Amino acid sequence: MAAGAASGGSATTDTYKEARTWLLLPAWVTLSILVLAPVIMMLIYSFLTKEFRGGVIWEFSLAAYDQFFFDRGLFGDDPPKIEWTYVTIFWRSIWQAGAATLLSLVIGFPTAYFIATRSENMRPVWVFLITIPYWVNLLIRTVSMKFLLRDQGPLNDFLMSIGLIDSPLHIVNTNFAVQLGLFYSYLPFMVLPIYAAVERYNFALSEAAADLYASKWTTLRRVLLPAIKPGVFAGCILVFVPSMGSFLAPDLLGGAKNFMIGSLIEEQFKGNAGNWPFGAAASMILLSMVLIILMFSARQQAKADKAGG
Amino acid sequence: MKHMMKSGVAALALAIGANAAAAEGELVLYHWFEYIPQELLDKFTEETGINVTMDTYDSNESMLASLKAGGIGTYDVSVPGDYMVSIMAGEGMLDTIADGELKNKGNIAEEWADPGFDPGRQSSIPYQWGSTSFAVSRDAYEGDIQTTDILFNPPAELQGRINMLDSQGEVMAMAALHMGIPQCSTDREQLKALNAMLQEAKQHWASFNSDTAKEVLVSGDAAVGQIYDGFSAKAREEGANVEYAFPTQGYIAWMDNVVLLKDAPNRENALIFMDFLLEPENIAAVSNFAQYNAGVNGVGEFLDPALAEQPEKNPHDKAGPGVFIEVCDEETQAVYDQIWTNLKK
Repeated sequence: MAAGAASGGSATTDTYKEARTWLLLPAWVTLSILVLAPVIMMLIYSFLTKEFRGGVIWEFSLAAYDQFFFDRGLFGDDPPKIEWTYVTIFWRSIWQAGAATLLSLVIGFPTAYFIATRSENMRPVWVFLITIPYWVNLLIRTVSMKFLLRDQGPLNDFLMSIGLIDSPLHIVNTNFAVQLGLFYSYLPFMVLPIYAAVERYNFALSEAAADLYASKWTTLRRVLLPAIKPGVFAGCILVFVPSMGSFLAPDLLGGAKNFMIGSLIEEQFKGNAGNWPFGAAASMILLSMVLIILMFSARQQAKADKAGG
Repeated sequence: MKHMMKSGVAALALAIGANAAAAEGELVLYHWFEYIPQELLDKFTEETGINVTMDTYDSNESMLASLKAGGIGTYDVSVPGDYMVSIMAGEGMLDTIADGELKNKGNIAEEWADPGFDPGRQSSIPYQWGSTSFAVSRDAYEGDIQTTDILFNPPAELQGRINMLDSQGEVMAMAALHMGIPQCSTDREQLKALNAMLQEAKQHWASFNSDTAKEVLVSGDAAVGQIYDGFSAKAREEGANVEYAFPTQGYIAWMDNVVLLKDAPNRENALIFMDFLLEPENIAAVSNFAQYNAGVNGVGEFLDPALAEQPEKNPHDKAGPGVFIEVCDEETQAVYDQIWTNLKK
């Protein structure tokens, strides 16, 4: 919008100026009802007093944040120490989501590159093929993944039949299974933005680099990657953020032996604990962390863009 | 949104069942998943002209949460377990059924007519009852399984091959039986020992899962599974060589109940539905489907004859007592919540 205005107050800008408020209204209303209102509600709830077995009492309290950061022992009357339980859970989620993002990038980038370099009428076909598995519900895909990976499943049967392994690999109920599940769930979110970026990339630049004696690796690193960085960045965010809050893959593939952020929060609302303010506080802390990561990355990005001219 | 979906479903049901007399109204049911046969609901609609809309839940706690979050006034009846009936009554979520409002109330079997969780059956009727214990694959282990050691101190063959229910109440109650301590203990030494025992036992567990408790036994992913009796029977029928245990230390008994919710939008129809479920023939259909026991007199002739002989329904002589899950007070519950968090952190 700013760029449009800067390029010289042309007739088009004026045409929309009058109607702009009205045109943006539906978007603003939707955003405030569906995004802003729930977040504000969550923020308020996190500062309220917990009601036994779910619900809140409308009295201000810091108990939820206290529970998150301070350990007062099994009976709640030890002198407070720093609480590592929830930090560990958060760290575990970040680590799992990071691993899944990296895996998606390693597989997703060549895939996107491959699609973008097909002939123009084949590209939509490939994109279409990528999306087909995602017409099926996430739960069903995750359960199917479990059937593929389990000890007596097709993967192990295959590996044993070709003599690569003697006894089945234990994949289900491990962290690796969770990473695989997350990777599989969110892979298209990596492929599609990178594909869009590579498709817009002018391959004459690569040719020019080659003419100037750049090796293939240098061309990739110094020419292609900087040009499509916004796509890669968007892909990573789109995989990382939902992975961090997910609880289907950890529960089904990881065996739910350890809480992830998502399952910890779910337990506060749907489980025995029924501690809504704590669930709200954990959500707010998660939200703040994601925002900080996003803002930090955006700043880095802006800096890099400036430096690059 | 929910409301819209519901009227959508109702409209569809109306359109399909247009020949089934004039619609006598609605009934909105909040029920466990995979528990009531669709044919029975169809039969109810056919007999009464009342259209049934059903939402499902997967645990007592998640039902409580969604009723608390605004479900009261939307649903007519739900199906809480024993301890959850007393919790809901305490929360003021249940309506009282006056004398004479249920014409089939006399059908309730005597032993279930005045249970501790709803004295005098003020707001509920029996639905199904059974036990929760565990099943062991006889391919994996041939030794004695009538002990809670199988779950909490397993023999080498079974270590790392155990699935627990992902449910605090059931895990804690079974652990209390194992240690021989009260379910709502306030003794600090007992609670510390319970915490330590669970930490130790967890190292031998492969997973926590309730929804697939049966599937992991059938597929062989788990050799031991904490499980409900009916699920264990189904696993056996689906080809798993499993045996259901009645440990000498005891096992969990449970009863699900149909309750009349406060502010039920279709109170009359809810009572008609409850009367319908007190007819032996109808409740027997649920038992035949879910493979649990009914709490109504005269169901015998309608039951699948194989059901009565199931090993999962017949505790052996040395079996310990079947105990209901107890409801702890707030302060005690906080410690148990902490132990559960420690277990899963």
